Amino acid sequence: MTFATSDKNMFDQGKDDREVLVRAEGVSKKFCRSLKKSLWYGLQDIGSELVGRKYEHELRPDEFWSVKDVSFELRRGECLGLIGRNGAGKSTLLRMLNGLIKPDRGSIEMQGRVGALIALGTGFNPILTGRENIYVNGSVLGLSKAEIDEKIEEIIEFAGIDGFIDSPVQGYSSGMQVRLGFAVATALSPDVLILDEVLAVGDAAFRNKCYRRIANVRKNAAVIFVSHNMEQVARICDKTLVMSVGEVAFLGNLDQGIAVYDRLNDDGEEQDESFLSLHPPLTYFQAQLSHDVLSSGSPLNIQFSIESCDFLEDFLLRINFYDISGAFAADCNFFARDHKIPPLSGTSHWDVSLSSIPLKNGLYWISFSVIDREGDIVVWSHKQQKIKIVDAYPGANANCQLQLGHWLT
Amino acid sequence: MSKSHRVIYTPESRLRHPIQLFREMGQDLLASRELAWRLLVRDISAQYRQSLFGFVWAFLPPIVTAIGLVLAKNVGAVNIAETDIPYPAYVIFSMTMWQTFTEALNGPISALSLAKPMLAKINFPKEAIILSQLGQLFFNFGIKLFLIVGLFIWFHVPVGWTVFLAPVALVHLIVFGTFIGLFLSPISVLYGDISKALPLILTPWLLITPVIFPVPTSGLFATIVNLNPVTPLLVTIRELAIGLPLSNSAGFWIASAIGWVGLILAWIFYRLTMPFIVERISS
Repeated sequence: MTFATSDKNMFDQGKDDREVLVRAEGVSKKFCRSLKKSLWYGLQDIGSELVGRKYEHELRPDEFWSVKDVSFELRRGECLGLIGRNGAGKSTLLRMLNGLIKPDRGSIEMQGRVGALIALGTGFNPILTGRENIYVNGSVLGLSKAEIDEKIEEIIEFAGIDGFIDSPVQGYSSGMQVRLGFAVATALSPDVLILDEVLAVGDAAFRNKCYRRIANVRKNAAVIFVSHNMEQVARICDKTLVMSVGEVAFLGNLDQGIAVYDRLNDDGEEQDESFLSLHPPLTYFQAQLSHDVLSSGSPLNIQFSIESCDFLEDFLLRINFYDISGAFAADCNFFARDHKIPPLSGTSHWDVSLSSIPLKNGLYWISFSVIDREGDIVVWSHKQQKIKIVDAYPGANANCQLQLGHWLT
Repeated sequence: MSKSHRVIYTPESRLRHPIQLFREMGQDLLASRELAWRLLVRDISAQYRQSLFGFVWAFLPPIVTAIGLVLAKNVGAVNIAETDIPYPAYVIFSMTMWQTFTEALNGPISALSLAKPMLAKINFPKEAIILSQLGQLFFNFGIKLFLIVGLFIWFHVPVGWTVFLAPVALVHLIVFGTFIGLFLSPISVLYGDISKALPLILTPWLLITPVIFPVPTSGLFATIVNLNPVTPLLVTIRELAIGLPLSNSAGFWIASAIGWVGLILAWIFYRLTMPFIVERISS
């Protein structure tokens, strides 16, 4: 069963009444490959600006469109995930939204106060103390002294570097500096919040604080979030703009956007990490799956053929599932003696059935290992098999999809 | 950058909407006050925190130059006419004024260079960088003022009531220097040639300004010196400080007018060009 549109739409009643805070129409930006030409074109552009001449903005030699014809709207309370491969034009688009650079075509309309967490700790001087730098950085971000005074305790507490706040920043670790930078930025209460890959750092506790803070800001603002971490994007955003080579590859709901991004990232080059490691007494090991494509929650059969030149008893069969990014998705361990499996000697065939594979949609690698009573791995077939799981709920987050027993009224 | 109103970015030249441009310039100038102050406090604190002798470095250079020149004059190595006030006081005073001028000129250029990381990433009122640099200039001058006051007392230099007008004239000199620096600063971010060329221009310029010698009275050299716009500014400051009648007030007003008008034009130029400069610096 698949859903064509985001289920969140079903619950949005007054969506169209909220004000539009960000509107981009046909935005394009040129970029020059060569440095010398780039500087020279800079002078030419300045010349046109000063003369007030209408300039057609065609491509000059060595130029290309780093952002081409991007249009979207964002209302208060919405969070847009801006995703795409490296070099797709995301940061350039953000710089235009931020007013740092002018678009070459199209127009951008921003309503209200814009806060950008694009570079944390801008304006920091390492010789000054953390407290003094809070004032400097806050001022650069647009906070007035009164606002900073009001929130200074909150900022120091958020950063979690209490004892060091009055020491020079040059003594801080890079993590502490980032946390301080982020803490100052959280004092902003903007109408439009732009986050450019700033949640990549900090420990898990800090990141959770950040998520909560962003969720808070989100109630009254429009958020644009750039990240390569799809879990973070899925957690924070409700729509996505996928950029590829400067153009809009997809604009719409979260799940489809992430799927498009995944497809863009799939080079087609599969990394072959598979290997088979066999130790005595085993001399041959082969596993055969019953399915290449399996419905989520259905059973899976595996046929094993094993040859051993000596007795092997009291062993453990372990099966691991890995998702495409290499993370553990699921595993299971079975002791031979619990299932009355005779010791291995000579040729053996096993028929193993896993009653249900409750995984979310995707491609998974499978590893098999047999471990003897001493804990040594006698055979390890790593990622030599793969399986595609389908028919799970498309918007699933976790790998493990719980199976329903019954649902009655 | 925090704006509590609507902003529209288009590729059009902003000169097509001059009223809006001036309004934005005024707003940004006001908005940059606090940031300029913060940056000023930051830079001065950082500078002096890392130094043992701190303030001494601010007035040592003119003293050292003056000592050198006084010795050279006394042994006859250089032929300098007599000055209105004792030569050491004359030289130190004039050198201090000249250095204030060159600092005003170099100020915007070095300020933009230092602020490159900030410029590339955050949108903030860029006037703040210039204002902050001007603040540092006045601060440094304040320190040098002690030196000058001490000097005048030491050499029993007489002062009239006009000494209180001298700072006003000094402001005009600073405005003149800032106008040139502000105009050159955006391009200096792109091309390093400007920072390299400046010392080559400033050193000869010093030699055609009556800093180490009194105003020449005749000959081709006198013509050149008098055509130099810095000359009337410098001379007027000196005359106001010492209580002499002004010898070239017409020249002073012309140079000031050039300075002030130039400053406004340079500000507009700075304003229009900065987005293009920011585009071309790496982030």
